[in-house]
Formats: sequence, C-alpha cells, structure tokens
Amino acid sequence: MQYHTPASFDEATALAATATGTTRFLAGGTDVLVQMRLDLVTPDVLIDVKKIAGVHDIVREEDGGWRIGIAVTGAEMSEHEGLCRDWPGLVEAMDLVGSTQVQGRATLTGNLCNASPAADSVPAMVAAGVEATVTGPKGSRRVPVEAIPTGPGKTSLARGEMISALHVPARVRGGGDAYLRFIPRTEMDIAVVGCGIDLTVEGETITGARMALGAVAPCVVAVRGAPDALVGTALEDAALAALADLAQAACNPIDDKRGTVGFRTHVAGVLARRVARIAYDRARENQ
Amino acid sequence: MSSIHVTTQVNGDAVEFLCDTRETLLDVLRDRLDLTGAKEGCGTGDCGACSVTVNGRLVCSCLMLGVEAEGKAIETVEGIAKGEDLHPLQRKFIEHAALQCGICTPGILIAARNLLERNPDPTETEVRYWLAGNLCRCTGYDKIVRAVMDAAEEMREAS
Repeated sequence: MQYHTPASFDEATALAATATGTTRFLAGGTDVLVQMRLDLVTPDVLIDVKKIAGVHDIVREEDGGWRIGIAVTGAEMSEHEGLCRDWPGLVEAMDLVGSTQVQGRATLTGNLCNASPAADSVPAMVAAGVEATVTGPKGSRRVPVEAIPTGPGKTSLARGEMISALHVPARVRGGGDAYLRFIPRTEMDIAVVGCGIDLTVEGETITGARMALGAVAPCVVAVRGAPDALVGTALEDAALAALADLAQAACNPIDDKRGTVGFRTHVAGVLARRVARIAYDRARENQ
Repeated sequence: MSSIHVTTQVNGDAVEFLCDTRETLLDVLRDRLDLTGAKEGCGTGDCGACSVTVNGRLVCSCLMLGVEAEGKAIETVEGIAKGEDLHPLQRKFIEHAALQCGICTPGILIAARNLLERNPDPTETEVRYWLAGNLCRCTGYDKIVRAVMDAAEEMREAS
C-alpha cells in the first residue's frame, strides 16, 4: 500500500486521478481502517489529507457562516463555542457518532463520504443547508451535501474528486436546529431512525423549516413539505401532526434486525415532533 | 513495499521506528516498541482496549496507522506511573478491585486520565459517558466508575 501525504488539494486530487488500483482518502480513518482490518477494502493507494493546509480549521466565513475543514474531528466541533452556539443540532448529531475515542478522530466529511444511510451528521447537515466544495482535477464546484451520497457506501464523487471543505450557512436571527436519533440503548449504537430540523421564527410564528431523515431510505431524505406543515404556525398540535405525517410519508426503510419498516416509519413521526419542539424553543430564544 | 521511517515521541521519549504502511499504531506500539500495555480487543474501534492519547487527544490506536504518528506525542499506559509511584487512578483501581482479567484496564486508565485532565470534577454520568467506548467483560462498570470518582476526589484534594 502506497501512503501519500499531499500538501495541497491539487496534489491530492492529482494523486487520486492518476492512481492505479483501489484508492482511498484518509482523514480520521474510523471507517477506512475498519474496512482494512475486516478485509472489506484493501487500498493500493492511501491519500492522507491531514497535511493539507487549513483542513484542521473551523473558520468564520465573510457571510457569517462557518467553513469546516475536512480533517476537523467531532471532538473539535463540540469544543468550538461559536459553532455550538450557532448550530447546536449539527454539533449534537456529529457528537452522537461513536465513543470519545472515535470522536477524537472521526470527521464530519468522513461521515458524509462513508455514505451510510444511518450517518447521524448527514440529516443534520441537510437540515442546516450545509454545502460541500468538491475539488477535482478539473477544478471545484459547490453542491448541497444531499447530492453527495447516492446509495449505501456510494457517493457522487467522480474519480479524482474529493470534498475540500464543508460550508455551514450563517445562523440567522430567530433560527434554531436540532437532531435526534432512535437507538435501542443509551450510547454506542447506529441510528434506527435519525431526524434533523432547522426552524426560523418571528415571535411565535414559524417562517422557515427544513427537515431531513436518516436511516429510513438508501440515502438521507429531505422532507420537502416541511415548510407547508409548519410555516405560519406556532407549532400547534395540528402542525406537529402534519409534520409527523410528512415524515412518515417520506420513509422508504428496510426491515432488518434494528427495526421493521413499520417501526422505523412510526419512529420517524415521533422524532419529527420531538426535534421540531427542541428547534422551536431554540429558535425563539435566539431572537 | 519498503518500510517507512517514522519519528515520534512516546511517553516523553523520542522514538524512531520503521513500519509497513498498513501497520496500525497499535501494531507498532506492541510489536516494534515492546509497549504491550495497549491491547487489541476488537481491532475495529469498538472496545477501547487499545486507547492511547495522541497530542493529548484520546484515540483508539487500532484506528490509526503507525505512519500517522510522525511528529506526534503519544502517551500510553506505560507512562502513567512515575517510576515506582503509581498514578492515583492506578492505586484506586487496585483499592476498589476495579479490574479482574485486566485486558480493558490500560485503555480505561488512559481514557480516565484524559477525562480528569479536562474535567477534574466529573459527575458519575460524565464518567460513564466518557468511558462508554471502553468495554469491560469482567468486573462490570460500577467498580471502575467508583475508582475513577475516588481518584478524581483525591487528585482534587492534592492539587
């Protein structure tokens, strides 16, 4: 196995574009090393991205948003006051991934590119409207994160392409986000259903809503109708019921040992109500 | 594939080694540096028996390559005691009988020390969450958590 530590994205993408055999990018390694250990993937070329300038930084962008470097760990996100203040739901979602030890290495970008349908951070990112800069031999483009996973373990990234940064929007006044997942125990498990939401309010009235579900379909599901259910309401029972119905209608889950189709669909509705209440409280406090 | 030369620091000492690119940091610690305190339980980051700190950050050494250790400062259970003087956590683990087979103990000691460096006065809940990635199949967790809480108290009084 060749091991490379490129100093720039140009160098990294050139390496990936010209490499022969199985190629993997290495950031935190919490998926790649497990795949290697279990003989699921045996890379011929491993490109460690952690020596590229800026990849460990969380930077406030000019528009007030946050640029999260591709090697920023979950632990570093949880310790970042500004990011926690603006996007508590996103930070909590990433913090649910694995143990303290895993948090010391795992990255937001890795959680996205691993393309697990149950990735906790991804519904939170979709709800937050996070975008990814995709960099390849032909240059860079910016896409919504929901355009990255295309199926379990599969992404839209072409050969030689990589994510070079994640961009979290500026937190508007009166905005709040939340993420919850269901697992059969308290810690250290994979989501049976995950639900992220971002709400904006004026006074008591909801003016904007974005919601996404994880682990109920091959890819993260953006619940497009969420604004129809919530905008103009003060999150009364009828609005919550409409939101839960939308969440359940968006489900296309599998039956497996973690949960049946019926159970996952039911829980999606329950979580939708709960995250909406948390985000609504946060949004009202943030005015 | 020829080996790669790595310069790093382990428990305060400058260390150099040659390793294959596929070797994990755990492989290197155990098989090349004879530091067998960190254990391989699962090899996939689930059990925490291989816990070490890298630049002060708690990680599973089975989920990191040896070549990634270049220029880093690594701490293992072997560096916890000062000569013959056991660390308060080590003494309290003996006092509370917080170990039986001992496989998980090095990882738990490293993880607990890392917690107490960040938070000298953790609640029991905080200890349990922090150590959720360290599995013990013998004594159960109560004695371990009690030993950590007791060590934390002693360390607070001593400081």
